[in-house]
Formats: sequence, C-alpha cells, structure tokens
Amino acid sequence: MTDPIHSGPETMMGAVANDIAGEAVERQEEAAAEASAVLDKPHSLGSDAWWQMRRRPMFWFSAGLIALFILMAVWPSLFTNGDPRYCDLTQARHKPSWEHWFGTDIQGCDVYARTIHGARSSILVGVFCTAGVTVIGSIVGLLAGYFGRWLDVVLSRVGEIFFAIPTLLGGIVILYSFPSRPGTPYAIVVGKVVIAITLLQWPTIARIMRASVLQVMPHEYVTAARGLGARPGRIIVSHILPNAVAGVIAVATINLGVYIALEATLSFLGIGLQPPAISWGIAISEASKMGFLTSAPHMLLFPSLFLSLTVLAFIMLGEVVRDALDPRLR
Amino acid sequence: MAQTKHPARWSEPVEVGDVLLRVEGLKVEFRMREGVARAINGVSFDLAAGQSLAILGESGSGKSVTAQAIMGILDSPPGFVTAGRVLYRGVDLLTLPERERRKVRGAHIAMIFQDALSALNPVFPVGWQIAEMMRVHRGLNRSDAQEQAIRLMERVRIPAARQRARAYPHQFSGGMRQRVMIAMAIALDPVVLIADEPTTALDVTVQAQIMRLLQELQEERQMGLILITHDLGVVADVADRIIVMYAGGLVEEADVLDLYDRPAHPYSRGLLDSIPRLDQKGSDLPAIGGLPPNLLRLPTGCAFHPRCPVAQARCRVDPPPPRVELGPGRAAACHFVVPDADFGRSA
Repeated sequence: MTDPIHSGPETMMGAVANDIAGEAVERQEEAAAEASAVLDKPHSLGSDAWWQMRRRPMFWFSAGLIALFILMAVWPSLFTNGDPRYCDLTQARHKPSWEHWFGTDIQGCDVYARTIHGARSSILVGVFCTAGVTVIGSIVGLLAGYFGRWLDVVLSRVGEIFFAIPTLLGGIVILYSFPSRPGTPYAIVVGKVVIAITLLQWPTIARIMRASVLQVMPHEYVTAARGLGARPGRIIVSHILPNAVAGVIAVATINLGVYIALEATLSFLGIGLQPPAISWGIAISEASKMGFLTSAPHMLLFPSLFLSLTVLAFIMLGEVVRDALDPRLR
Repeated sequence: MAQTKHPARWSEPVEVGDVLLRVEGLKVEFRMREGVARAINGVSFDLAAGQSLAILGESGSGKSVTAQAIMGILDSPPGFVTAGRVLYRGVDLLTLPERERRKVRGAHIAMIFQDALSALNPVFPVGWQIAEMMRVHRGLNRSDAQEQAIRLMERVRIPAARQRARAYPHQFSGGMRQRVMIAMAIALDPVVLIADEPTTALDVTVQAQIMRLLQELQEERQMGLILITHDLGVVADVADRIIVMYAGGLVEEADVLDLYDRPAHPYSRGLLDSIPRLDQKGSDLPAIGGLPPNLLRLPTGCAFHPRCPVAQARCRVDPPPPRVELGPGRAAACHFVVPDADFGRSA
C-alpha cells in the first residue's frame, strides 16, 4: 500500500494560496516557499506584532505625532520661548501674526504659548484616564465574564450603578466635595480630575470586555486548554484576554479624546483644572464663550486642532495595535 | 512548585496490559431549566495500556460527555457527575481536588478535539502553542520548548515544521491543524489519549491519514487510546475494542471483529447495516428509523424500544439487564440477546 500521506488526488487552487497544506509532495514545495517568507520573522509574540506594526505607515505617522505631543508635554520650552502667563490686555484678541503665530486671546495672552503649555494637562488627563479606565474596566469585565454567577451579578450591578450616574453630574459632585485651593499642588489637581473621570467611566470598558469574554469563552480552544491542564490564570492570560482585547482597544483609544473633552467641560464649570492651570480644555472653554467664535475664531481653532490631532493619533495607533495583535487580519 | 500528592506508582513505567483507566457506573446529568437530562446512565469500561477503545454512538448518546467527565472538563453547572468512579491507575479522579486533577490533564490523560480550527488559539503561532505546554508543565525555557515543539511537529509529519511553527492556525489546512492538535496532546507524553471525533471535520482521504497517525503514535508509546466517533468505518482499522452507546447507556461491548461479525444488540446491528456498501449499489440504504430520544424524557423500559425492529411488549416496560455476558469481553444490554443472535437478519 502506498503511503496515504504522500498520495491521494490533489487539486491545487491558486486562489487558496493561504491554505498550503503540504499533504502531498507537490504541496510541500509550496509550503516551504511560503514558509521561507516568514522564516525571518522574529520569535516571540510581542516581536511578531512589532514586526507587523512597523511595516505600516500609519504606525509611524501616529507614533510620530504622539511622540511630538509627549515631548510638548514634557519640555514645552523646546517649542516656545513665550511665557503663557504673560498677558498684555492691550494686545487682546489679535489675529495670528508673526509676533503671535496663533494670535492672542481675550486676556492678550499668546495662544501659541498657551497651546503648547496646555499639552501637559490635557495629555496627562487623557492618558491617565484611558489607562485607569482600561485597566479597571478590563479586570472587572474579565472577572465578571470568566467566573460568572454571583461575581458577575455583583460586578455588573455595581457597574450599572456607576453607569447610571451622568458623568458630568458625578464629576461635579466628586470634585465639589474635594475642592482644590490655589495652593494645591499641580499633580493633585490633575489627579483628582483623573480619579473622578476614571471612577465614572470604567463601566463602559467593563461591559465591552465582559461581552467579548462571553463571546470567546465557548470557543473550543478554551475547553482544549483546560483539557490539556492549563490553570484558570493561564487560560485568562493566554487564551481569553488576547482574543477579547480588540474591542476594548478600539473603544479606549476613541475615548481618550472624550476624556480630554470631559476635563475641558469640568474646567469650564470651574471645578476641573482651574486657572492659572493651562489646558486645551480651558482654552476651548474660554474660546467658546459668547461672541468669541465670530470675533476671534483662532482662539478656538488652535487648541481644538491640537486636541483633534492627539485623539486622531491615539485612535490610529490603537487601530494598528489591534490589527497587529490579530493574525487573522494580516 | 507545590508538592505533588500523586501516588508514586504514577511515575512508574506502564506495562502493556496494565489497566490504566477503569470507569465504573458513571452517571452524569445536566440540570437545566427544562428539567434534568440524564446524559450518562451508568457506564462502565476498562482501558488497558496499548489498547484502543472506540466509543461509538449517535449525537446525544453521551460519548463526548463520557470523555468530558473523565477529563473533568464538564461544564458545571449544568453538568454534574452523580455517581460512579473514574479510576486512573487505581486512583479515583472524581474525588481528587481540582488542583490535583489539573496535573492529571495533559500530563497523564490528554484530549484531542473534533474541530482543530476552533480548538487552537487563533492569535498565537502553532509552535508557540505547543511550546507553551512544555514551558508551563516542564519548565523549559523558550528556545528549548520551541525546539521540542518543532520536533513534535515533525513527529506528526508536518512538512517544513521549523518554518510552519511560526504560522497561525488559520494558515493551515484541516488535516494539518489536526496534526498540530495531536502534537499538542502528546507533548507531555500522556499515558491515556482521548480523541473526540478527531476526523469528523476532515476529508475522507485525510481522515485515513490522521487515523493512521494516531494508531502509530499509540503503538509507539503504548498509550491507552479512547476513540470517540459516530463513524464505524473510521474505527475498524484502529480500534481493538468497541463500546456502543445509546441514550447515555452502554448497549454493547465487544472486540472490534466480533462486533462487525455478529453484532449482538439490535442497535449495533442497525448501525452496521447503515454503512453504505459497494455491493448494495442501487438498493435502498437501510436506516434506523426514528430519532434518538430526548434525554429529558427517556422512553420507559428499554430506551431503544421505539426504534427497535425486534421490540416486544416487555421492552416498553422493563429496562433491559445492563450486562448480558456473551462470552469473554462481550456483553450487551438487551432482553433478547443471545450469542450469535440473528434478529431475523437475512444473510
């Protein structure tokens, strides 16, 4: 009898080039050819994803933008010599010029300097809120989805309670209860805003994570992992999390902009960051006041533009990361 | 690493013929809102080292649930083992704490699943997944584990294994995926291998290759192999013994050739008759009429009586004796079973 491994009718379909089986001798060559294309691929999962990402222009574009904004947040003096707190009322509401690239605001402060210096607060709030919400939401969602039963009931109800509180109202209550005074250190002022937003927003991510986990759980690879002796911790880390994380990444990166905007709203109401603190949110709030939109549109335009670019960069990065973590999309 | 409480004899080498697995009076039920479904009603069998045992049955006959109960991966709730023992080399697995039981899975008893596409994690390269078994259970470092994984992939005859180790499950064909699954299952040198419909999702030509591979590995390692299938054709070459299940009960137990020659239970007979044969071209294929029973409402008496061609009045009332011995290693659960029974079959 001939070896069945190396016999049997084989029809090669060019269209199914992906499905190189190598179950016949003819296919083996093709398998080797395709395989040699991935031969140079680095080993571990992380470097596999990295190898995937760095081929995409979108990754470099978004990473470049984010690096630029982070640089701006850390060393604003690299970008401007102007003092954002030096304001000359006689120069108020000037249009962009050589002297003031982005014009001046209602107080006569330089909008360019304020926009550059505002990056720090906005990015701190955006990044820390996103990190906090994602971490807390993912952990709660994973636990609720994986262990289910009473834990799911408890966690889901607690999440719903927070979900039911309007973020703005909740934010006002929390920040009003713990007011900042003019002497309060900067880190604490920002920290309070971050904590308030994180506390009120984590259920969004928890719900998405829980739904994804419930979707992943019935897959046979989860049962197979149990059948081959994996511990619950390993099943969660190796099998459930990597397959459930895509939705969370997508929503979290989009929400980064929402958090910056929330900070702006709270600041506008006088309870978030307060002048003399500088942030894009405060600048946008100031500029949106009655009448300025027509008389001094540059006051709104530049901080909004920077905010939009930041959000865009994070969304694009999130998309690239998500794609890199899902081999089926390659 | 926690001190293992496993009996010392588990680390001793297995001799051919040792009883590895003894299932005694296993009962499993699923408690659902609609009622209690009795998925397994007292199943007993032995598995020896070097032996291949096929569990044959239709969907819902309890064959997969039996495997899950042995492995301890029943979804619970709703599934509960309500009676019986599962002795692995003398130790009842059902009474072991979950921590201890986990150490049995993979390292002592491993399982192959039906659909290897869904049984492999889509986001990791297959080599990584095989290597993970070795890293977690054997404590190998990354590169050693990867080398072992490649060796295993070569062993299950995946061409260009070194390169293919870095490919993802969706880049493999069905047969190759099943080979990967097998490589994962044998990674820790299990003593017992349970294959749950390993070839159902595959082409007929590939089925034969996979069965041959399983047989080879079983002979090479003297594993006990449990082969769960609904396809009589698949088991003929590989299995030594067959047990036939119907509606959660064991209806017949026999050596494979005996069963093919002289099926003792009317249900086994019906299964054999419904295999298409070349010499019967043109005539209607005999089929077992009716549907498998609803496990929530099992028929009274013999569960098979509504579909049985030889059923009598007492079959509706009296449950059949669970084991009518028909000679060495042969038994069936039927009121009317006699050795060499003919059941009116025309030759």
